[in-house]
Amino acid sequence: MASLAPILETRDLTVRFGGHVAVDGVTCSFEPGTLTAIVGPNGAGKTTYFNLISGQLRATAGAVLFKGEDVTALTPDRRARLGMGRAFQLTNLFPNLSVFENVRLAAQARRGGRLDLLSMASSHRDLADKANDYLARVSLTEKASFAAASLSHGDQRKLEVALLIALEPDIFMFDEPTAGMSVDEAPVILDLIEAIKSQRRKTVLLVEHKMDVVRRLADRVIVLHNGRLVADGEPAAVVASPIVQEAYLGVRQTGAAHV
Amino acid sequence: MTRPSLLGRLISEDYPRNRVLAGLLIIAFVGLALAPFLFPGTRPLSVATRICIFILLAASYDVVLGYTGIVSFGHAMFFGFGAYGVAIMLARGWVGWDAMAIGLAAALALSAAVAALIGLISLRVKAIFFSMMTLAVASFALILATQMRDLTGGEDGLTFRLPPALMPSFRLVAEPLFGVRIDGRILTYYLIFGTSLAFFLLLLRIVNSPFGRVLQAIRENEFRAEALGFSVVLHRTLAGVIGACVATIAGALLAIALRYNGPAASMSFEIMVDSILLMAVIGGMGTLYGPLIGAVLIVLAQYYLQPGMEILSSALSGFPVLPALFHPDRWLLWLGVLFVTIVYFFPSGVVGRLRALSASRPARSA
Ligand SMILES: Nc1ncnc2c1ncn2[C@@H]1O[C@H](COP(=O)(O)OP(=O)(O)O)[C@@H](O)[C@H]1O
Ligand SMILES: [Mg+2]
Repeated sequence: MASLAPILETRDLTVRFGGHVAVDGVTCSFEPGTLTAIVGPNGAGKTTYFNLISGQLRATAGAVLFKGEDVTALTPDRRARLGMGRAFQLTNLFPNLSVFENVRLAAQARRGGRLDLLSMASSHRDLADKANDYLARVSLTEKASFAAASLSHGDQRKLEVALLIALEPDIFMFDEPTAGMSVDEAPVILDLIEAIKSQRRKTVLLVEHKMDVVRRLADRVIVLHNGRLVADGEPAAVVASPIVQEAYLGVRQTGAAHV
Repeated sequence: MTRPSLLGRLISEDYPRNRVLAGLLIIAFVGLALAPFLFPGTRPLSVATRICIFILLAASYDVVLGYTGIVSFGHAMFFGFGAYGVAIMLARGWVGWDAMAIGLAAALALSAAVAALIGLISLRVKAIFFSMMTLAVASFALILATQMRDLTGGEDGLTFRLPPALMPSFRLVAEPLFGVRIDGRILTYYLIFGTSLAFFLLLLRIVNSPFGRVLQAIRENEFRAEALGFSVVLHRTLAGVIGACVATIAGALLAIALRYNGPAASMSFEIMVDSILLMAVIGGMGTLYGPLIGAVLIVLAQYYLQPGMEILSSALSGFPVLPALFHPDRWLLWLGVLFVTIVYFFPSGVVGRLRALSASRPARSA
């Protein structure tokens, strides 16, 4: 792929919790239309890296650039309105609202949070249609009127993903979307991610532990370990590389390697 | 999808979704709309007036507490601002609709500014400190109201005259209508009823608008609402300002109804706790029909529990202990018992309970 201007860039991105450096000087850029898998053992800093990119955490040092703009100082809602979308590793829904309303809200957010106090939410058929469409795509149509909190774990994960796709961002950030899902539930989500990727218009960051999934979906893999970016390259090569084997085994290693 | 009916649009498609609730709402509406004719007399009319005003006040509080999840104890302050706005202008002897309008406009501006400031501060402090801060701001306002005698009349408050059409001596038509003389008192009642109804419907529209849905999202999960791109500051602050302004209008109506305002009438903590909070909690928060039902129940209890107990107490005079238990002086105790019972058995309020009975699935809103 020709080197397009990156849609997202992190420069020396660092966050410190007391003495612990959870993300340590990560410099990386992401080209539009690509799917990058982020791997690394538990506690490597993957979720924290996402939190820094989407703004839930403030960086101790370094910068995040989105579409060429420095967004390091922006709040999460500003970044979302610029086109960043995020699904969470720990399910993060509107528990007492219906499944339908959860997705409808995401579709409404797509419009950029414009204030509208005097129309009836129920009169916006386009948002309802969109919400129903996305619910169908994650096969939750039958549960549309359930309270989100009453769903099973697997269904909550699906709803979490439906919220992100209904937001229609320019960059999708999935954090272990299929974790804890049963074998027959996971394909729904993975097929959705693959569909997003195959459009080649959207950028996807995917934190994923299962190497077969990474091999199937990713254009590129980066490896985080102890908060550092330790490997970056083609999926097959990165997955096979000693550095990943070491990282997953937790063996001490040094420096970043490009494979 | 067909276009909703006129009634559907008026109530912003926020249907009762329960027969008992629908029945109660119809009774409340008809009872209030025809109050001067159904329940003639001065006392019933002041009960109906108070119900109208407190429905609006409790509903405005619900926008803040029930819909947005902001725990503020300062709501009576805004009610007081509205009442003082009208009272201060009219007590200067400038008795006119324009004076009332100017007083109300000034009160609205003050309420909006204070509510916006409180909303912005709320983002800097933790929830519990925020609640305490609203209490502190309201206490400060109450102290100011009692101390600034020249302006507010201090503890005694201000008594004033209304424009002639609203004074009891005014006659709209010479002949009585259905046996009721259409005087300034009745006109005042319908001014209050109409204003309350209009603003209640406006609030109903706002909570059912796209904006209102975001308020619910913020109440449910502020973190996720923000991650979707909704500005929590903006929505929260705006909800606070709307709640404050509608409370201010309710306060102006109170001053008009009483032709008087003082700290105890509109601004005290009794108003905040015994009325606003109680109505919202008993009726059920997060649905505007809750505070409506709550306001009706509480105002009726405030007016009729004591006399009712008087009757009960004397009827039981032959028995031991019982007359003392139902002595009219114990009415607060019984109000407390009523409160605890309702909160215990209906943690989501009367309306929450009724709707849950009818709902096939446990979702809060469609
Ligand atoms: N808010 C926080 N405060 C303190 N430590 C944190 C915080 N968030 C994450 N950490 C720590 O940072 C490290 C990276 O965590 P995380 O990003 O969740 O890892 P991963 O997602 O790769 O499993 C962990 O050691 C975790 O305990
Ligand atoms: Mg993680």
